[in-house]
Amino acid sequence: MEKSKLTDPFEKARLETGLGEMNDQNDPVTMLLRHKDVRKSAHNYKTFQSGATPGRIVIPSEVDIRDTRQIPFEVDPPEHKDYRAIIEPWFRRPLQAEYEKKLTAIITSIVEHALTKESIEVVTEFSLPLQSNALTLLINSDASEAETWISWGTHVFRSEGEALDGDKATVLYDYIENQIEEAINSPSENLFTKLVNSEFQGRKLTKEEIKGIMVLTFAGGRDTVINAVTNSIAYFSEHPESLQRIQKEPEIIGNAVEELIRYFSPLTQMGRVVTEDTYVCEHAAKANSRVSLCWASANRDEKVFENPNEIILDRKINPHVGFGFSHHNCLGATHARQIMRILLKTLSNKIQSIDILDYKENIEDLDQFKRKVGYDSIHVKFNPKTI
Amino acid sequence: MAKITFITSDNEKITLEGTTGSVMALAVENNIKGIDGDCGGVCSCATCHVHVTPENMAKTGEASEIEMDMLELDDNTDEYSRLCCQLEISDAIDGVVLKVAK
Repeated sequence: MEKSKLTDPFEKARLETGLGEMNDQNDPVTMLLRHKDVRKSAHNYKTFQSGATPGRIVIPSEVDIRDTRQIPFEVDPPEHKDYRAIIEPWFRRPLQAEYEKKLTAIITSIVEHALTKESIEVVTEFSLPLQSNALTLLINSDASEAETWISWGTHVFRSEGEALDGDKATVLYDYIENQIEEAINSPSENLFTKLVNSEFQGRKLTKEEIKGIMVLTFAGGRDTVINAVTNSIAYFSEHPESLQRIQKEPEIIGNAVEELIRYFSPLTQMGRVVTEDTYVCEHAAKANSRVSLCWASANRDEKVFENPNEIILDRKINPHVGFGFSHHNCLGATHARQIMRILLKTLSNKIQSIDILDYKENIEDLDQFKRKVGYDSIHVKFNPKTI
Repeated sequence: MAKITFITSDNEKITLEGTTGSVMALAVENNIKGIDGDCGGVCSCATCHVHVTPENMAKTGEASEIEMDMLELDDNTDEYSRLCCQLEISDAIDGVVLKVAK
């Protein structure tokens, strides 16, 4: 059961001091590791702000590779609320029956394709196409756009070597700028057109604001969804009994998805910039320094979760922060939850077992901690249900 | 069978009947405005926040510690606040009136 395991590298530090230290491109980060501190600080946007220099609250920092402010992600209340109100209803569309039906068709087709292969590399041949095709629904664009997005690879700001890559970001920005122009010149039913026609505080959104919303839409749900899907495949390969249980008890799917998100924590952490001298865990935090809300550590906090390092599919009380917390909680969570729910249902109906053939783990280097967040690659064979 | 009344933020009064499951699930099934139940009832999202009318508090009881921690960081929380995903439908809560917080 080792191949699918995501260990908790934060345990000792969480218990001893509640803090970690990370030097990210000479802009150090104090990592908050305890559930309570993470939630409290996420809620306190006045002292721990998101509306800092664009890119600075992301870890690794993207300050050197972009100037565009991601919206509403890098804006604080009260403006945050007005931006979010523009797009919130759009991002709840995944709950509509028609959306669910189309997403089911996409996922079924990808699973059925996987069943025809002797070996499939999950990250690039399963999770990336699944994420990209599902995104065409969220944006309501032509299904064919997925091919372009797949060609960008797994991360839109990073190359294979994990280093931040300005050239790669340019590809995304150029694409988004072109799409905004197209929405202005020939309107359609997609999110670009919706934003072109939207108003913020009584005026039209600027092109730069639309770009900021769309960059977030593309970047925020890319490697996170890919990690969640890939890690799920790895987990079910070592736990075929869980697939059988889900088929017999589909009513636990909602709980199972929340539990997998807690355990995988596809986004390890998110930063904030400190606006005034303060204390975190009895440790001084200076104005203009950075802290991070370490979702991955909070989600293993032994003071909150019983047996935190075990996946308990039907965990009843599960106050995880896998989708963040408070004002800035994940805008794409409804879409992500639907992907995961439909994936679990489809796998449980069609798959008997999954064999892992070989794999290479993706280990994040957080200085004081090394955290497995998923896989660089993992080859598997899907075996169909015979009865 | 329990009758549960929701009063939404625009003062609409809706009474529903239920036998099992959580009050949140009943509200979501019936599209009660302001109750989203995003996390499906595992106490991680606070999108099912209600205020129990004071005279009904004895029926619902008070929030658990984990629920309280969640409510503490939500808007408009008071001593009558509950996350209705944590309220199980049963005869014990028959007649309860809940004001939707959002």
